[in-house]
Amino acid sequence: MGELEAEKHVQYILSVEKKKDDFESVVMEHLRMNGAYWGLATLDILGKLEIVDPDEVVSWIMTCQHECGGFGGNIGHDPHILYTLSAVQILALFDRLNVLDIEKVSKYVSGLQNEDGSFSGDMWGEVDTRFSYIAICCLSLLHRLDKINVEKAVNYIVSCKNLDGGFGCTPGGESHAGQIFCCVGALAITGSLHHIDKDLLGWWLCERQVKSGGLNGRPEKLPDVCYSWWVLSSLIMIDRVHWIDKEKLVKFILDCQDKEKGGISDRPDDAVDVFHTYFGVAGLSLLEYPGLKAIDPAYALPVDVVNRIFFGR
Amino acid sequence: MVRTRLCPSPTRTTSPKPWTISELSTEHMSAPTGPSASPLKPSTSTPAIILCGIFGVKYLSHLMLTCMMNWISLNMLPILTQKTIKFDFCRHHRRWVAEKLGADATSKELEFTKKILSLDAKNYHAWSHRQWVLQALGGWEDELDYCRQLLEDDIFNNSAWNQRYFVVTRSPLLGGLEAMRESEVNYTVEAIIANPENESPWRYLRGLYKGDTQSLVNDPQISSVCLKVLSTKSNHVFALSTLLDLICHGFQPSQEFKNAIDALKTPDSDPPDSGLAKAVCSILEHVDPMRVNYWTWRKSKLPAQAA
Repeated sequence: MGELEAEKHVQYILSVEKKKDDFESVVMEHLRMNGAYWGLATLDILGKLEIVDPDEVVSWIMTCQHECGGFGGNIGHDPHILYTLSAVQILALFDRLNVLDIEKVSKYVSGLQNEDGSFSGDMWGEVDTRFSYIAICCLSLLHRLDKINVEKAVNYIVSCKNLDGGFGCTPGGESHAGQIFCCVGALAITGSLHHIDKDLLGWWLCERQVKSGGLNGRPEKLPDVCYSWWVLSSLIMIDRVHWIDKEKLVKFILDCQDKEKGGISDRPDDAVDVFHTYFGVAGLSLLEYPGLKAIDPAYALPVDVVNRIFFGR
Repeated sequence: MVRTRLCPSPTRTTSPKPWTISELSTEHMSAPTGPSASPLKPSTSTPAIILCGIFGVKYLSHLMLTCMMNWISLNMLPILTQKTIKFDFCRHHRRWVAEKLGADATSKELEFTKKILSLDAKNYHAWSHRQWVLQALGGWEDELDYCRQLLEDDIFNNSAWNQRYFVVTRSPLLGGLEAMRESEVNYTVEAIIANPENESPWRYLRGLYKGDTQSLVNDPQISSVCLKVLSTKSNHVFALSTLLDLICHGFQPSQEFKNAIDALKTPDSDPPDSGLAKAVCSILEHVDPMRVNYWTWRKSKLPAQAA
């Protein structure tokens, strides 16, 4: 089996951070906040976060905040719950949550809860269980979960549960590993995992492993490294990770590396990007690959960061 | 080594700002018949000048922006790397506009998602939007047939199976799950026999008995499709796991089942007096080694009467 080219991935991430004018950067400009989280979280898992200047990052993050308290994906971009969580997560990585007006951010996020307990992504109203997870994760990190109706939030998530044990984006939506991660994560953070049939969901999740050892997100789809996170963290949260073949998955992730230029792609020999680099490295951390910091499966932050936030150490 | 194919971009929800109805001021109107009190809902075939007159320039430029975005999504997809620009570029924005148009938008929105799905039949956001349209605006009449078409194109399309379930359980035009059960079981059994390795119809079959395990166990069609598949040369995994679940819920297998399982046993099998369920678990450990830990666990959890 190959090895993790940690140093190459670090260089790759630093190079992505510098690029702002090529096609891919321009097309992704509006989600730079997400990209920053993926890149910086990867550096932290690889034990290299200290090479980044936190002041520069924090200052850029704060210029993305709007009057309403929400954060946009980049300077001048509209606020959305997606970028708000990434902003909070990055600040958590740097132990700079103290720069936030926590009441302001909490008010923005909690204001996005709807009557039925669901969450909208922004003021224009799109509803998706992804946003339920984001709201719950974000408010939990800010110690402000009491600002929302947790019971209604949980009930809405449960209404998105399907007969196969999985969860979709809205009631009746197809079970999808990404949505499952969000729902399981939200239920884990709110202490509501008893709503899940762990055996049934665990089986659906372990059926995501295909011959190559990689994981897909739905039946009959191709494997993709990002599911190394979403499927794996879900399995860990419901204590069923031993139902997949871990060794084969490690090999699949390692095969998705660009060993020359660094970075990880969705599947072997495809072009790399920072999104898949993060999920590949995070997945390896969950699989206890040596030399990586442990990562929390629910908060998607290194365990030492989560401990610092919740236990002050 | 040159890597060319860009990975699909992660889900985005950019939201170009739609104007609220209150901003569509009637003061901007220059309709042929002069200012009118109530804004009319334009059909998409309404000439641009009247659209301008009724709703003002803001709405028209808005519609043009949407159309341009959609044109890019639909027509540039084959040119640009597939999935670089995803439908969700302006999905929610479309939904906002459709909501304002009401039932007039139904067929257009269903047609739009159909176009997306013709390029990417499992596009999660297209299916989500289609489900929203059906529930908010209607248009259920042809949906089951649409699912049938998609499954004819690709019987492995899990999204189409999910949509089929959505229609069968939620359509106000069909009789509900129990009324549809028999015909759906027939349909699904046929799909299973054609491709027993297909995960979706096996799950769909169980879904048809939602909450009613006893009926699942008692339906001879369920157990017999398991037997049929087990008597073929390969692709036994889902048949075995379904049979296992039936036995765990009280199904009493006949001698035919015992013979079929015997034929699949491996040389290092359990002792001959072990129960059938245990034998099924052992076979699964062997034919589905990726999930050996799961099947071993299942073996350890067999109910007393099944073990």
